[in-house]
Amino acid sequence: MRKKEMLAMLLAGGQGSRLGVLTSKNAKPAVTFGGKYKIIDFPMSNCVNSGVDTVGVLTQYQPLSLNQHIGIGIPWDLDRKNGGVTILAPHVKGGEQGDWYSGTANAIFQNIGYIDANDPEYVIILSGDHIYKMDYSKMLDFHKKNNCDVTIAVLEVSLEEASRFGIMNADENDKIYEFEEKPEHPKSNLASMGIYIFTWDELRKALIEDSNIHPDSDFGKHIIPAMLNRGKSLYAYRFKDYWKDVGTIESYWAANMELKKSLPEFNLYEDFWKIYANSEHQPPLYTSADAVVKRSLISEGCEVYGTVEDSVISTGVIVEEGAVIKDSIIMANCVIKKGALIDRCIIDEGSVIGENVKMGIGENIPNVDKPKIYNTGITVIGSDSVVPDNVEIGKNCVVFGNSTIDMYKDGKLESGQTIDIGGIEV
Amino acid sequence: MKALGIILAGGQSDERLKDLCNVRAVSAMPVGGSYRAIDFTLSNMANSNIKKVAVITQFNSRSLHDHLSSAKWWDLGRKQGGLFVFSPFLTNDNSFWFRGTADSIYQNLSFLTKSNETYVVIASGNAIYKMDYYDIIKYHVEKDADITIMCKDMANSDKDVHDFGVMQLDENNRMVDFEEKPVDPQSTIASLGIYVIKRTLLIKLLETIISESRYDLVKDIIIRYRRKLNIYGYVYDGYWNTLNNIKAYVNVNMDFLKKDIRNLFLSDGAHIETKPKDEPPAKYNSNADARNALVGSGSIIDGKVYDSILFRKVYTRENSSIKNSIVMEGSCIGKNCVIEHAIIDKQVVISDDKKIIGTPEKPIIISKGTVI
Repeated sequence: MRKKEMLAMLLAGGQGSRLGVLTSKNAKPAVTFGGKYKIIDFPMSNCVNSGVDTVGVLTQYQPLSLNQHIGIGIPWDLDRKNGGVTILAPHVKGGEQGDWYSGTANAIFQNIGYIDANDPEYVIILSGDHIYKMDYSKMLDFHKKNNCDVTIAVLEVSLEEASRFGIMNADENDKIYEFEEKPEHPKSNLASMGIYIFTWDELRKALIEDSNIHPDSDFGKHIIPAMLNRGKSLYAYRFKDYWKDVGTIESYWAANMELKKSLPEFNLYEDFWKIYANSEHQPPLYTSADAVVKRSLISEGCEVYGTVEDSVISTGVIVEEGAVIKDSIIMANCVIKKGALIDRCIIDEGSVIGENVKMGIGENIPNVDKPKIYNTGITVIGSDSVVPDNVEIGKNCVVFGNSTIDMYKDGKLESGQTIDIGGIEV
Repeated sequence: MKALGIILAGGQSDERLKDLCNVRAVSAMPVGGSYRAIDFTLSNMANSNIKKVAVITQFNSRSLHDHLSSAKWWDLGRKQGGLFVFSPFLTNDNSFWFRGTADSIYQNLSFLTKSNETYVVIASGNAIYKMDYYDIIKYHVEKDADITIMCKDMANSDKDVHDFGVMQLDENNRMVDFEEKPVDPQSTIASLGIYVIKRTLLIKLLETIISESRYDLVKDIIIRYRRKLNIYGYVYDGYWNTLNNIKAYVNVNMDFLKKDIRNLFLSDGAHIETKPKDEPPAKYNSNADARNALVGSGSIIDGKVYDSILFRKVYTRENSSIKNSIVMEGSCIGKNCVIEHAIIDKQVVISDDKKIIGTPEKPIIISKGTVI
């Protein structure tokens, strides 16, 4: 068997708590993006498009939907005998208690056996949280050319933003001499994208050493500084294309909305760097004789009888007669009933919005329970929720679960209010 | 009641379809916005729990082989059974093309002899319908038939019974006579070219007729043995259509604009599957106006699309108008174009300000890859 040159470890266990109810039942990498994709489809597709055919996906938080989505890797042609995709969940080890993944590097440390079994020369560490297209093979070329022990992909950000990131201070050859995590006074604008290529022997040693010191071993906090201290060769690889962290409700909404432009910054319509998704085959979409659809992305299997403007609609959504959807994101298999009006909302998978419901109206009052999460006027409906007929819902509201009319005072949910009866584990 | 499936997808296209089938098999004709004709029979087989299916190809087989290059979309990518694609091949003592439908099965007889399923379902790859073949196998067993032929009363349809094999059935639906494309049809019951037969009987019949230099399933088995064998008709009254001429091709596609047809094929229970293409969602720009339209993924719409079917990755630019037309995958329609009653094949580029206007009786066909 041919030796695997580079193996990918994809960290997909994070919750992404700032996405609120969107990540209450699934991990952030399993959140829908751009109509038919899940966020993890972007790094997964980048892997196969870069020729990386052995991918370990590390799951932890709410892994069910992620496991189902990845399956045996068919959408990415990762259903392989030699390599392919492997889901790596935290597990009990012989005779001992099992451990959760307590940090990014700890998660890799706990799977040294998987990597050793594949015996790669290099390992690329990815996260399942970002929207971007990147050729990892070019980054590997850079790694080899500079004889690096570690190559860290970086983005040039403005100095104001820089204090939100891990910042690389590098010399004129982009050799890193210092790393600062979220510095108050950043000395450079090279922000880590959380994408690392390690020469496996070096990483292996570092992981084992660090595991004795830090039980919550983390790449940014522990591994990278330790390797710098030991005089290893670390380089920054500058990435100049589109890269988005869709970590908040507002940034998630904005990044989706950007796609509907006639010339968006992020192009999904490229033949030679396709993004693959696990959309079980869906029929073409249908727009009826009365439908109005403008400035929107509509996925396969939708049936539109009403109006959709400036929105992103996932697969299998039904928009009934007279319903109006504006500036919104509607995820898979939702039904928007007759006469409903939806303005600047995000509706998660499988929800049903009743007849003549009005959503996203009224004053922009931040959410009372979680003002830090819902504060830009966007109302969010959780997955598999029901909104009864004829109710009115304000801005920054959250509805999660099978809500009934008696939960709406005078048929209304005022701006900033929450109805959360979902997420109950039975 | 285990069964094998055989899909006959090798026939030469009808002269009447020639503009669309110069380079593709009829079974590979694009249908309903993202399917190919063979997807329907293949999905029917898979949904009927038939786990071993042979597709026999001959004419213009490249497009079909491309489509079937992986069988996993129909859950037929298996170690045991799964999908077999048979094309004519040369051996030391045989250098024939398939000389007929029966010969095409006979030349792959080991598919039958090396199996142990009791029944064989033989179907054509050109028809559009949804069917659980176990219904007809059950009927076959109940009737204790040697061969059961799925058939349909064409009395109230837009089909011309002269185009079909016409069956006369007695009161028990036993076939008493069969005429292929008769000048003077004695009944309105048309054979749909879907047969159920015991595997062992099929092997025996094929060996017999080939030794007599007879090669055709209909002429040399159904008609020749019509009195010797117990042949029954299974009268089907669901939706069924076949791509035997341009009008039928347009009608089949336009049928997908009807909700009940879409529900039948695309929503209710068993799905029709096809090879996925990984196109992004369709995008509607500011000038988009799509009414009563089916649009494939990856398309970008910026003009009028009325009463039409657009396949995947069709780009229409502003002020263009497409009405009552079919536009296949990867075609581009320029600004200010007017397209009416037309069939635009794949990868056609129509530059700005062009008018292509056909009539319902005679739609204009633009061949694959044309640049206008």
